[in-house]
Amino acid sequence: MTSFWSIWVIVLTLACLALIFGLLIWNLKNYTGVEEGASCGHEFDGIEELNNPLPKWWTYMFFATFVWSVYYLAMYPGLGNFAGLLGWTSSNQGVISLEESKQAVLDAKDKGVWVQLDKEFEAADERFGPIFKAFAEQDVLTLAKDSDALEIGQRLYAQNCAQCHGSDARGGLGFPNLTDKDWLYGGTPDQIKETLLNGRIAAMPGWEAALGEQGVKEMTAYVLSLSGRTVNQKDADAGKAKFAMCAACHGADGTGSVALGLPFGAPDLTDNIWLYGGSKRAVEESIRHGRAGVMPAWKDILGEDKVHLLTAYVYSLSQEK
Amino acid sequence: MSQTVASQTEYNYKVVRQFAIMTVIWGIVGMGVGVFIAAQLAWPALNFDIPWLTYSRLRPLHTNAVIFAFGTSALFATSYYVVQRTCQTRLFSDKLASFTFWGWQAIIVAAAITLPLGITSSKEYAELEWPIDIAIAVVWVTYAVVFFGTLINRKVSHIYVANWFYAGFIITVAVLHIVNSMAVPVSLTKSYSIYAGAVDAMVQWWYGHNAVGFLLTAGFLGMMYYFVPKQAGRPVYSYRLSVVHFWALVSLYIWAGPHHLHYTALPDWTQSLGMVMSVILFVPSWGGMINGIMTLSGAWHKLRTDPVLRFLVVSLSFYGMSTFEGPMMAIKSVNALSHYTDWTVGHVHSGALGWVAMISIGAIYHLIPALFGHANMYSVKLVNTHFWLHTVGVVLYIVAMWISGVMQGLMWRAVNSDGTLMYSFVQSLEASYPFYIMRFLGGVFIVVGMLVMAYNVYRTVTAKSGSLATDANTQMA
Repeated sequence: MTSFWSIWVIVLTLACLALIFGLLIWNLKNYTGVEEGASCGHEFDGIEELNNPLPKWWTYMFFATFVWSVYYLAMYPGLGNFAGLLGWTSSNQGVISLEESKQAVLDAKDKGVWVQLDKEFEAADERFGPIFKAFAEQDVLTLAKDSDALEIGQRLYAQNCAQCHGSDARGGLGFPNLTDKDWLYGGTPDQIKETLLNGRIAAMPGWEAALGEQGVKEMTAYVLSLSGRTVNQKDADAGKAKFAMCAACHGADGTGSVALGLPFGAPDLTDNIWLYGGSKRAVEESIRHGRAGVMPAWKDILGEDKVHLLTAYVYSLSQEK
Repeated sequence: MSQTVASQTEYNYKVVRQFAIMTVIWGIVGMGVGVFIAAQLAWPALNFDIPWLTYSRLRPLHTNAVIFAFGTSALFATSYYVVQRTCQTRLFSDKLASFTFWGWQAIIVAAAITLPLGITSSKEYAELEWPIDIAIAVVWVTYAVVFFGTLINRKVSHIYVANWFYAGFIITVAVLHIVNSMAVPVSLTKSYSIYAGAVDAMVQWWYGHNAVGFLLTAGFLGMMYYFVPKQAGRPVYSYRLSVVHFWALVSLYIWAGPHHLHYTALPDWTQSLGMVMSVILFVPSWGGMINGIMTLSGAWHKLRTDPVLRFLVVSLSFYGMSTFEGPMMAIKSVNALSHYTDWTVGHVHSGALGWVAMISIGAIYHLIPALFGHANMYSVKLVNTHFWLHTVGVVLYIVAMWISGVMQGLMWRAVNSDGTLMYSFVQSLEASYPFYIMRFLGGVFIVVGMLVMAYNVYRTVTAKSGSLATDANTQMA
């Protein structure tokens, strides 16, 4: 806010409060020229008005709110650019990226600014941090059998992951099922942790231009046939002839990038599990326009200790009980 | 009463009658839709998979119908009646007054068609699209011309306090509506707000809260200042109190909007300022309640026999309750618990059903016999029945929403010993279920009450003039 608007706000605010205060003081006196309790002398459609004084308890309440409001506006931001004597802010307002946010937290600490949100995060970390630290010292395979660890992991999952992967972790269209053995980026504890910490970006290109309409149909037939689906054999054979362009990511036999040991997230096409739907139409759509799946990175949001625990929980989901 | 009153034929009662009758009809429609969507929240299958019946489209229809059809028709009816009688002069222009009636009804019908079709600007309480917004502005300015023209033509020297409130409400609603509805049209049915981001949010809630402050509070205080002393047959308690609370109320309310946006992207200073003004506002708000209730000094016994007065006085109690609750909820730390929960819904309805609806219903019960040449309503007993149906309904509604709201707030913030949240959102929704049914039942009571009112009004209006003698139980002012 420029100084002009800041002064504008301050003047308007204080003037409004001062006017109301003056109004109250003015009406405490009997200026009407008639006795207190008597009629003011005007009458409207039979209605008269008495000149009773303001109720005492009500005026006291009025004064009390004035005192409180002046105190509050002195302590907290409220009067334009005046920051308030406590130097309090709710959060680092105005930041528009994670980097800016991190920098703002550090800056505020340097300057000794009281940022409520940062303080609350700090307090929560102090109180709950040790719990997660203790778990983080154990390896994932041990935690995946520890019922306390799994209980907390389940809660972390419900709050942070269930929105996309579902509260039963069975996923949905575009969001992988976490309870089966089909892993896009690998299902070892280390691979899962890597996925959670840094996120994943999958980029299946669209092949419409390269394949043409007929080519998309043929490729769809071949891809479906890999999972044992009944298709037009002629189309499938034609598709197979062009499959080399897919093999770079999905492998020559279509078993996906994990089997190749590559971190592309290219799904296994032979297991009849379809991230974006297994209908002919959906597979055609995937081939024609491509797909762009994004798993966000949780390192900066949850911290490594919580991600470690979450890894154990997610890992446990696909293990035999 | 010994007074120099212009004979009734010199007043324009036609437009008052029209608005008074439509108040009852729109009340039934608006509250009926409310009960239906309350039922949908308990039993979602009730939208029958028909887009026009989905909650998202009927909810704005409900709010628009009760605020702008029911409530505003009541304000038109009473303000036209009160301004004539307290200024002892006929309305400034019959033609313009008639235009406001037909114009306003056309706007309501347009809203009832476009909202279920999904045509919306998506601004809460300002959902209507730009052509209707322009129509509202035109009708509203005409309303102002009629009202202020009548005030200027008054035959008494002072302006009565009820008219201060009506005047404040009319001017401010015009400003709020025009500023908030500024938009760039892209087609006949779609426009985009000229504001963006946090500024858009701030303008929207400056509008939204002052729709409450000026339409639903100041306007109805105007109503209160005429019908309470009139029905009680007592003078207004304190002239000086009305001076302080009027000016303090109108100058503080306009700042209070940011309390709808606590803990959002709105700058801290705006949030604090909105909160400070909202808290001070509590005191002048109560000034109106005190002035209304104390007006009953020496007439308390009338409450025993006059259900119309009972409507008016209980409405003031609800007004006092919700204007205490509102400032409390505007305090940031309380808001952290109450915001986004059913508590807000309960608060709004203790204001809307307790204050706005009850004072309007009381005023209409006072008006109908006066407008149609009767000493009394067809059945005072049915007025009493309506009073109890409505009161029980309001209490059921707000108690259900208080419990469910506070419970939701507590469930959302409950944490386990490891700092993780104890409940998922769906669990809090499940826990609210019984209260949604209770709220629905409260709504049913209220709509049944409105139907009783409609019958009573119908019998009164159609009765032969003068055939409804003064009931010994009530006293006409």
